[in-house]
Amino acid sequence: MQGERRRLLLGLLALGAVAGCEGGPAAPEAKHKFNSGDISGGAWQADFRLPDVGGHVRTLADFFGKVVVVFFGFTQCPDVCPTTLLRYKNVMRMLDGDGDRLQVIFITIDPERDTPSVLKEYIANFDSRFMGLRGTLEETATTAAAFHVFYEKVAGPTPTSYTTNHSTFGYAFDKGGHARLLIPHNLEAGQVADDLRYLIES
Amino acid sequence: MKRILLLAWTLTACAFAHAQLSAAAPWVRATVPGQSATGAFMQLRSTESVKVVGARSPVAGVVQIHEMKMQGGVMDMHAIKELPVAPGTLVTLEPGGYHVMLMDLKKQMREGDQIPITLVVETADRKRRDVLIVAPVRSLAEGAHAR
Repeated sequence: MQGERRRLLLGLLALGAVAGCEGGPAAPEAKHKFNSGDISGGAWQADFRLPDVGGHVRTLADFFGKVVVVFFGFTQCPDVCPTTLLRYKNVMRMLDGDGDRLQVIFITIDPERDTPSVLKEYIANFDSRFMGLRGTLEETATTAAAFHVFYEKVAGPTPTSYTTNHSTFGYAFDKGGHARLLIPHNLEAGQVADDLRYLIES
Repeated sequence: MKRILLLAWTLTACAFAHAQLSAAAPWVRATVPGQSATGAFMQLRSTESVKVVGARSPVAGVVQIHEMKMQGGVMDMHAIKELPVAPGTLVTLEPGGYHVMLMDLKKQMREGDQIPITLVVETADRKRRDVLIVAPVRSLAEGAHAR
């Protein structure tokens, strides 16, 4: 597990290195300075193929024409996950009418406890336009690996009282489905809204 | 005279036993039906050096003190054995740091409910006592800092 973790963290670092690159010949347009890490340029791309809470299988292609933000978490998390969802709720408010041109997607890394009904009700507490996706354990692992997302169960004193450590980055895709931004968990809502507004309007 | 001294000693001992840990602004994050875990947050102060060594609540099968740390973008959450509270310092349990983790919940935490939580506190002389807190349930979308 430790080796696995190291490997995934290295992957994430590689992604970070891509994000750190300034300019370069592959840059398609004059560089906009984002608050988030810029992963534009096609060096990294990922997709998902997971059912939403209604059972409809979703992929990135379903949202072409919209800017998409994807992040991973679990509803039993008392801390980072609700804080992140709250941030996107505030982002939606700041984007005002443009919020309809953004799709926020929460992928659970704890499908065992996050049943479709729990996931649906949980997300509706923040913004009913947000979408929750939940795969099987295997689909979850495949999707997380594609996104360089690390997660691991930390056992508790009973079989159901475990917690899950996980990566907290968000990923933004432009209206054409190209990976553009790696959004760190500690950006303020206003900084994220500025980045996403640029993608929505460009 | 001996009696008065004894009484004074008893009163002092009582004062010491009670002037310890206090929790300000406690709250529990609401849950949706079927959700089995959530967190409680508060600000702890103490008049003497103590450690919170455990917690329990009638609403949860498992209660632990957790610490959340961000390590290279990965959220690392784990139970800690003890949370020291030094006199004159404020130990804040808030999103992004420590929380009381309520797991194997026996019911939904609804906004406005009052949730009893008992903290087990150990003093420097290794004596343990319970501190009862009643924490209101606040919105699921509540944040310490509305990022």
